[in-house]
Amino acid sequence: METVRKWVQVIVGVLTNSSWSFPFTKSIYQGPLKVICAPGLNCYSCPAATTYCPLGSIQQLLAGLRFSLENGQYYFGFSVIGSIGVLGGLFGRMICGWACPFGFIQELLHKIPSRKFRIPRLLSYGKFMFLLLFVVVLPLVLVDDFGTGSPWFCKFICPAGTLEAGLPMLFLQPNLRNTIGLLFLNKFVIMILFLTWAVFASRPFCRTVCPLGAFYALFSRVRLIKLHLDEARCTNCKACHHVCPMGVKFNESPDDPECITCLACMNKACQFDAISLEIGGIPLTVPSKDLSPASKS
Amino acid sequence: MTLTTRDFRKKRPLRKPPFVVIPAFLLLWLIGVATGEPSRVLEQAIQVCLSCIGIG
Repeated sequence: METVRKWVQVIVGVLTNSSWSFPFTKSIYQGPLKVICAPGLNCYSCPAATTYCPLGSIQQLLAGLRFSLENGQYYFGFSVIGSIGVLGGLFGRMICGWACPFGFIQELLHKIPSRKFRIPRLLSYGKFMFLLLFVVVLPLVLVDDFGTGSPWFCKFICPAGTLEAGLPMLFLQPNLRNTIGLLFLNKFVIMILFLTWAVFASRPFCRTVCPLGAFYALFSRVRLIKLHLDEARCTNCKACHHVCPMGVKFNESPDDPECITCLACMNKACQFDAISLEIGGIPLTVPSKDLSPASKS
Repeated sequence: MTLTTRDFRKKRPLRKPPFVVIPAFLLLWLIGVATGEPSRVLEQAIQVCLSCIGIG
């Protein structure tokens, strides 16, 4: 199943970045597919991107909300929130585990042999602050003389934007190199920090900062596809704790907002078939062994 | 006693929350589409926002 997940990550990554004419056009894709929402964090200023980034779009819409209202346009970001809301209701953070290019990059970096470290659970609450503050409040509230705000998360934080868009654009358009300043330096340092951290800890950006992950995490209890814990079969052996890339203790918290449904606990750890994948309560995977309590002993 | 696949699936009731949440967000998306938001999103997405990517 891990191989299937890797292939899905590759396929989604290629599909959301399938405009390969950029070495010739020296710019980004500008076709109609860009009206489609990317499920994961994928900067739409990436030269190969064929979809829009929901985080970038929502910030842009909120930053220009005053201006659009003055012009009689009600661009509150409903179509963007609706798109990621439907995805969240269907998959929740399974998107992070299966369809986010930046998550995939972090997973690949984590394969580099090195000493591995845990990420304190407390830091995982930081991403909700980034979602509220940098994606919603600051673009909406801090505006210039014309009533226009800034996409704060994209502008000051997003390492995916620096990696997928900032660096490639500097490479494609050499004249942009003259405009590099403190803003870019700040973002470049953040990117290096997270990419380095990803070697030593599993998915640090997803767990501590990603606002999109925070949004999808809100659906952990209500999403259609999720993992189910059969408490009657669980022996609390804690094998699931050791394989989880997100530090989830699945037997203690089966609806954990951090769970990206990578299925590692189900396939690699649990020997008692206590974990199954379900759609709306209907199990997709059925325990191979006898379900009677006597079989556990 | 060994339960069959069918019995196992019958044991678990259908969870209702996803069937409320998904249509609610679908409705939100439709409202956004009705207000012409996708064209604005497309306008933004086809332009390189240099300050957004830390340049300029």
